[in-house]
Amino acid sequence: MIAAAPLSLADALRAIADDPFATVIAGGTDLMVQINAGRRPVTSLVSLRNVAELKGWSTESGNLRIGAGCSYSELERPDFAAIMPALAQAARTVGSPQIRNAGTIGGNLATASPAGDTLPVLVALDAQLEIASSSATRSIAISDFLVGPKQTDLRQGELIVAISVPVLRGAQEFLKVGTRNAMVISVASVAVLADLDAQGVRIGLGTVGPTVLRGARAEAWTRSNIDWDSNRVVGNLDEFVALVRSDSHPIDDHRSTKRYRSHAIGICARRALQRVFP
Amino acid sequence: MTAGGLKTRSPRLGESAPRPDGIPKVLGEFAFGNDLWADGMLWGKTLRAPHPSARIVSVDIGPALAIDGVAAVLTAADVAGKKTYGLETPDQPVFASEVVRYMGEPIAVVAADHPETARRAVAAIEVVYELTTPLVDADLAAEGTPIHPDGNVFRHLVIRHGDPTVQGEVIVEGTYEVGMQDQAFMGPESGLAIPDDDGGVELFISTQFLHVDRDQTAACLGLAPEKVRATVAGTGGAFGGREDICLQVHVCMLALHTGRPVKMLYSREESFLGHVHRHPAKLWYRHHAKRDGTLVNVEAKLVFDGGAYASTSSAVLANASCFAGGPYLIPNAFIDGWAVRTNNPPCGAMRGFGAVQTCFAHEAQMDKLAAALGMDAVELRLRNVLKTGDAILTGQVLTGAVPVEEVIRACVESPLPPKATGAMLERPGGAGRTADAHHVRRGVGFAVGFKNLMFSEGFDDYSTARVRLQDGVATVHCACAEVGQGFVTLVQQIAREVLNVDDVIVAPADTSVGSAGSTSASRQTWMSGGAVEGACRMVSEQMERNPGASYYEATFEHHHAPTEQLDENGQGNAHVSFAFVAHRAVVDVDVELGLVKVIEVATAQDVGRVLNPLQALGQIEGGIAQGVGLAVMEEMLVIDGVVRNANFTDYLIPTTLDMPNVLVASLIEQPEPGAPFGAKGIGEPPTISSTAAVAAAIRDATGAPVIRVPVRPEHLVFAADLVS
Amino acid sequence: MTDSYSPHPAYRLMVNGEPHDVSDAWIGESLLHVLRERLELPGAKSACEQGECGSCSVLVDGVLVCACLVAAVTVADADIRTVESCGSSQSLSVVQQAFVDAGAVQCGFCTPGLIMAVQDLIDRGIQLPHASPFDELATREALSGNLCRCTGYGRVLDAVARAVEASR
Repeated sequence: MIAAAPLSLADALRAIADDPFATVIAGGTDLMVQINAGRRPVTSLVSLRNVAELKGWSTESGNLRIGAGCSYSELERPDFAAIMPALAQAARTVGSPQIRNAGTIGGNLATASPAGDTLPVLVALDAQLEIASSSATRSIAISDFLVGPKQTDLRQGELIVAISVPVLRGAQEFLKVGTRNAMVISVASVAVLADLDAQGVRIGLGTVGPTVLRGARAEAWTRSNIDWDSNRVVGNLDEFVALVRSDSHPIDDHRSTKRYRSHAIGICARRALQRVFP
Repeated sequence: MTAGGLKTRSPRLGESAPRPDGIPKVLGEFAFGNDLWADGMLWGKTLRAPHPSARIVSVDIGPALAIDGVAAVLTAADVAGKKTYGLETPDQPVFASEVVRYMGEPIAVVAADHPETARRAVAAIEVVYELTTPLVDADLAAEGTPIHPDGNVFRHLVIRHGDPTVQGEVIVEGTYEVGMQDQAFMGPESGLAIPDDDGGVELFISTQFLHVDRDQTAACLGLAPEKVRATVAGTGGAFGGREDICLQVHVCMLALHTGRPVKMLYSREESFLGHVHRHPAKLWYRHHAKRDGTLVNVEAKLVFDGGAYASTSSAVLANASCFAGGPYLIPNAFIDGWAVRTNNPPCGAMRGFGAVQTCFAHEAQMDKLAAALGMDAVELRLRNVLKTGDAILTGQVLTGAVPVEEVIRACVESPLPPKATGAMLERPGGAGRTADAHHVRRGVGFAVGFKNLMFSEGFDDYSTARVRLQDGVATVHCACAEVGQGFVTLVQQIAREVLNVDDVIVAPADTSVGSAGSTSASRQTWMSGGAVEGACRMVSEQMERNPGASYYEATFEHHHAPTEQLDENGQGNAHVSFAFVAHRAVVDVDVELGLVKVIEVATAQDVGRVLNPLQALGQIEGGIAQGVGLAVMEEMLVIDGVVRNANFTDYLIPTTLDMPNVLVASLIEQPEPGAPFGAKGIGEPPTISSTAAVAAAIRDATGAPVIRVPVRPEHLVFAADLVS
Repeated sequence: MTDSYSPHPAYRLMVNGEPHDVSDAWIGESLLHVLRERLELPGAKSACEQGECGSCSVLVDGVLVCACLVAAVTVADADIRTVESCGSSQSLSVVQQAFVDAGAVQCGFCTPGLIMAVQDLIDRGIQLPHASPFDELATREALSGNLCRCTGYGRVLDAVARAVEASR
């Protein structure tokens, strides 16, 4: 087997079990860049393009289940945006329209870049990942899955099948800072999602740490600094901004500086919170 | 072309004639260098040094040659002719053999049966480097240990004009910096070489300077120039980045060595590493003025980082220095210009050619001076504009059209754009949804610039055209490289106009006709346009003398008026002609995040005469896009000599969501004496002052000093101490 | 190539309605490479090979993608459409004619990709939630993945407006 295009998940899992050196390709938007540049040797390919079980999304009893093969374009569409606006907003910032047509949310997870655009939303939502191999299936929390920059807990022979997140009641915002108005890698990004039923706010922070981070201190602040009867922020937003910054651990690189990222993540989180609780 | 059964008249000069290559280009049928193919063709690939400064201890090509499918691996030892090349000084090795002077310098080339084989072969070549400390600070280069036998100073040019000791009543001083911009043309370098039976080689090459490619290639191959037959292959943009050779010698060496056709095409990364860039520059200025705003003296020190090899650094510095004051009457000046060698990537030609860097600085200074005087910045400029009969800093008296006042007035009098419509996408941050309406502050900035047309300082950059008229069809043969600018359209318009014919064939640009010089310096409309006009007029005269001939043919060499070298004080009539331009930029800035959205750029430009309105508009909009890019995003990031962003992921150029609408307030048509049809070149001026105008608008919106372009968000946020 | 570490799958691509058998190809070859170097379809251009420029835009099963980021072997039997399917010199497509008329072509390297992206935009136009015949902002977003270095996009946007008008 040197190139397989299985139609079912079972066939896909069998293919990668049979060939431990197979390269799994979904949208190809990260992998092919490596292959084209000669940085990734390939001896066999298993394409997930036609695997039926990875396609589409559905809602059931307060949960949204997104097939790992869903493209960013699918997540941008109004029907999806109505359910999970922050994820739709994040998807819309990924690369170009062509990239969004090809790239998948499962690929965003598997690549596990700290700048992965959908990841702050998924981290904020405590997404659960369904992972399968030819012999077993397991479920793992995203925070356990993303173990480092471009490092995941995905093991030999496993595929990400789907991502499950709770459908929340309340407004959501995703903001991303980049140095171009489109088609740009994140310098800092933030997802702020209200959870009115739980009287809390969920915050994910992108590109300000080795992995996408949860804004835990800032979230704790919102529990006592939002009036959950009127849905208004009553606390001092400067405290919130400081806590967001303390939740983040940015670095200097060629795209930006630690100092700017820290600055920007705080500003963006404040703006997001103000939009969510106007 | 027919309409209603009647043959329509083809567009003449002054009309928006369609491009003859437009249809093949929209069909995807136009053959770029990258698209060429030959039977039995091999693929060439370059091994490049990963270090900016190193001694090469050893190169072992054995493991590469052992790979199946590899036909040749060549190094410096295989260069049969001259070991070095260069547009002004032959100081650049065809292959580095002992010393590596910049990251990406070629060490070896491979020819193989598949690009992937070639890539593996390149990876298999074993090079042992002994790393040395790179010289990366241009300020230290002149005094530093030479990193090349020719030394570290490409040129030190001093302009002493009038009495540079004169002091003004009001003095403003500033230091500015311009980052390294890249031409980032869309079609990466490519070429196909086919060995000939006579020991020569045929070269199809994406280029902007065909004959000098041919001459430099032949010299390095050890062949007579006529043994290298070169043809311009479809060229996907140039903007200065194809004025130097890159793969020309390599691909011909591989073809001659293997006896087979060889194609080389650069990846985007190689393209960034393989051609010269716009010089990064540090610019110190002190402007002196009277209280009424009259300029009395300008002092400046310009340090241009030329990188590892000379390329056109010397001419770039001359432009930077000659136009360092801007299009103003400046009676006294002292300009201390330096172009130096470092272990940074080599720099050379890019649209605007030295005038872009100094324009950013002199226009910032003019705004600063206006503020110090409490005077309107446009009024200050109008008070000091150059006029016909005035002398520039080199003492050269302007004899042609000098509509500086006209471009300024037209530009500032054009209506300002309306407030933003409210769509998030239109705000700074764009798709990232970072800004709400109340986070955005609008700013308006203004800048004026000028530069020379054609080559200067005594260079006779002539052009040649051959025209044949037979059976009512004119065939024009000129080696002018069509790189996208639309010369092929202009050729047809000129031939139709002069010969009064409709059918004009543009023959392939090759070396079987004389040189047309470089497609650069805004010179081809004037130089090659003039050559085509001259040849057409000769044909017309033949027709008058001999009406019944079966065909007419003439070749014309067009030379511009001679120019002089600059003397020891930087004085002299060094330039042929000049073009002037003004830009007004409107920006929206998210001050807290330091993100900028350019809303509109208005412009007025001195064009002499518009020969093709649609193409003129295309040059203006495209040139402004590159100016906007330099202002807000474009920079080769080079840290300790290492290029960090040789790709389109991190070298950002404007997208449709970044590029503003361009408002052409006016094209000033004052026919230029001596110019064919009175037309000035129009390619470069759009890039000269658009960057400065955007920078000024950002200053207006934020109060930040903006002393460096491209403006990065962190510079805006922290420099202005606007942290909330 | 005979490198034993490089398997050569044989597969069939359906390009512009025509079957093309591909054999002896390296497994990692992109659709862009196969189109250009094996199938003599050089219309899609190779400018970055990392999906950052859009010059290689093609349709795969009706979806606009960058051919450089598609492993060719993974789209065997998919419906692939390239710029070569759009028109002929005798009969340009509406979009192609608009590009010529508007002066949207300079060097032309980005042009085939833009033709595909604009055609896709117009074909999907009825689904766009924008009522006006030519929504400049929506167009700018739709074309934000197609870099052009020559035009500054002004004439490209004009070409889109003309093509939208002519397509109504």
